[in-house]
Amino acid sequence: MPSVEILSRIQFAFTIAFHYIYPPLSIGLGVCLVIMEGLYLKTGLPVYRDITRFWIKIFALIFGLGVATGIVMEFEFGTNWATYSHYVGDIFGSALAAEGIFAFALESGFLGVLLFGWNRVSKGVHFFSTIMVAFGSIFSAIWIVIANSWQQTPAGYRIEGHDLGARAVITDFWAMVNNPSSIDRLSHVLVGAFLAGSFLVMSVGAWYILKGKYIKHSQAMFKVGLSVAVIAALLQLFTGHRSAEYVSKYQPAKLAAMEGHYDSLAVADMYIMGWVNTKEEKTTGIKIPGGLSFLTHGSFSEPVQGLRSIPKEDRPTAVNFVFQTYHLMVAIGITLIALTLTAVVLLWKKQLFNHRWLMWIFVWAVLLPQIANQLGWYAAEVGRQPWVVYGLLRTSDALSKKVTADQVMFSLILFTLVYMLLFVLFIFLLNRKISHGPDITDEDEDDSEHFSKRNIANIPA
Amino acid sequence: METILGLDLPTWWFLVIGGLITGYGVLDGFDLGAGALHLFFNKEESRRLVLNAIGPVWDGNEVWLVIAGGALFAGFPLVYGVVFSTFYIPFMLFLVALIFRAISIEFRSKEPWKWWRKMWDISYSVSSIFITLLLGLVLGNLIHGMPFNKEHEFTGTLLTFFNPYAILISFTTLALFMLHGAIYLVMKTENRLYAKLTILVNNCSKFFILCFILTSMATLIYVPHMTQAFKHAPALFILPLIAVLILLNIKRNIDSRKYFTAFVYSCIIISCLLILFAIGLYPNIIISNTDPANSISIYAAASSAKSLKIMLIIAAIGTPLVLSYTIFVFWTFRGKVKLNEMSY
Repeated sequence: MPSVEILSRIQFAFTIAFHYIYPPLSIGLGVCLVIMEGLYLKTGLPVYRDITRFWIKIFALIFGLGVATGIVMEFEFGTNWATYSHYVGDIFGSALAAEGIFAFALESGFLGVLLFGWNRVSKGVHFFSTIMVAFGSIFSAIWIVIANSWQQTPAGYRIEGHDLGARAVITDFWAMVNNPSSIDRLSHVLVGAFLAGSFLVMSVGAWYILKGKYIKHSQAMFKVGLSVAVIAALLQLFTGHRSAEYVSKYQPAKLAAMEGHYDSLAVADMYIMGWVNTKEEKTTGIKIPGGLSFLTHGSFSEPVQGLRSIPKEDRPTAVNFVFQTYHLMVAIGITLIALTLTAVVLLWKKQLFNHRWLMWIFVWAVLLPQIANQLGWYAAEVGRQPWVVYGLLRTSDALSKKVTADQVMFSLILFTLVYMLLFVLFIFLLNRKISHGPDITDEDEDDSEHFSKRNIANIPA
Repeated sequence: METILGLDLPTWWFLVIGGLITGYGVLDGFDLGAGALHLFFNKEESRRLVLNAIGPVWDGNEVWLVIAGGALFAGFPLVYGVVFSTFYIPFMLFLVALIFRAISIEFRSKEPWKWWRKMWDISYSVSSIFITLLLGLVLGNLIHGMPFNKEHEFTGTLLTFFNPYAILISFTTLALFMLHGAIYLVMKTENRLYAKLTILVNNCSKFFILCFILTSMATLIYVPHMTQAFKHAPALFILPLIAVLILLNIKRNIDSRKYFTAFVYSCIIISCLLILFAIGLYPNIIISNTDPANSISIYAAASSAKSLKIMLIIAAIGTPLVLSYTIFVFWTFRGKVKLNEMSY
């Protein structure tokens, strides 16, 4: 049987990767919902109310799965990584506690109003609740990414004790919060989430357009999605660049792995695509000569620290994996910019919805930001190995002492089965909701009074 | 050591976590209880009504568990690691049960098919019962104490958890939550369902009183360290006395159909029992029953003073916020539950 370390790492990677399907969607959808409901309040057009209600239902489904799989993450630190928990608790704990109390409670509290409060609160209060839910999901990301960033670039701490009893103790809360990578990584993560949510909205809109259903509604939701997506796609170029800069400054081993750069004395190239031969420590592919040198030092001819100069036990082993995930992410990011800009130009020419081929691309493009978000995290997390807290605590030292391989094997199989079931159910229910479509109210009538009467009439027996 | 209002920081944080766990018990207690009772209702409409009675709030209630978990991680990382890795398998099952409960509530009414709804009804109720029993089992073991060596390592086996005392506590917890849930539901329903629930509430109260008496006796006889604190400060004896009085009051209010008052009292009794537990435990969090010296106290487990202070500030800002929107949500959904097209 594989070791406890390998099993625990697989379990953590699997559960977090699965969890991460959902939060970016809720963050992105949250923003789209605020826009949709805001447009409804501003224009009073029933079409915006209908699409808001439709997307709130889907939001609830996604949020539910996010919560269910998220609780696992919180407790998994304690179950599988007890030494790590002890090591970082003093620091990580406050971020996690802040997440629970400021973000999660906000989100879950107001979600009830969002879902069930249509007839119980005024339009204004409902809109306020939508904004709170959207804020809650963003706050959540803020605290979680801060905690993770602290592990990438620790700051505001000192080490107490030694060996297995050692732990990091907080000395400066704001230095911890605003550690060197927090802002860059947070903006990158959030914008990635906006892309995930807005592409889902566009995908469903495009699907209805292709099927000739809900014409008004589908175009309205597509436009809302597109407005978020195009800004996000362009912003991602900037946040991505900032993230690469912090990596080059604080995590040279990760940077070298991302570009498959081994030789410290050589000018570092930037690859468009390529392959790393980790045995011979050689990288081949299409490249911009000196590109990485330029990113790091602003000069095409200056050498960059390579993997070979870092002791073997301190550098990531899966170099090609980091290289490929990173490059694929970048490629997808560029594709998203091209896609959204094309759509915006065609929308401006009033031809967007006539291009069926483009609508088909958008139906499937929902997968692209999801894949890019996943790949980005793979590159970031595998690229920092063998450290769980960069330069301070090794992943192999972070385990629970009492947990055995059998136990982890058991829980890993359990989670694999349960999550497979969850995913099938999620896709099934999402698909049913999409094929059911938004409930359309009469376009001609003024909504307010009539609307609540309809509601009463619609109560199922 | 630094103190605020005469209490040191680890003690403050012990109180914060105690408060969060109490909040969780009071809030999620009734929706877990409602879940445990779910299969007692046979009609489709009744099941939808009782599910929607907790519909807008259960998610917010569960958040208290998440916050308590985070607070334990933050305040006493040593205990967080020790407890969760010690209870590895039970915790994994607990997490899976939480997942199933969440998706059962979420998915149940999404399809009209009979088999589909029946499947999720069973999953919802079984997971609610399982979660409650497991919470009780953990609580029971924490009260009872567990074998720990000097290195804070658990020396027992999986079977050690299933000692008679812990099992008793776990059923007492179930009885308490069922009573709490039944009182909540009877407040939220009307007509035939209400009539049915009045009977159910009565039975639940009898079940809980029985468990309460058994637990009190078993604790006095088998868990002497829980009563130590009371011997040192006899004034504290007023607390168990209050608990008994409240219990009698719950019964009285149920009999006279004053369910809101009964609900307030059942909230208080949950708090009261958890306070008794906290007093018995303090200043330890984990009691070693092999050698008291191996127990983990809040002082050994606490984060640094600086960290505790920062988090107390976070808690001081956050708690009023959380309370205010919890109250807002409960106020919005006050009154009898009605079904509409957005309902579960």
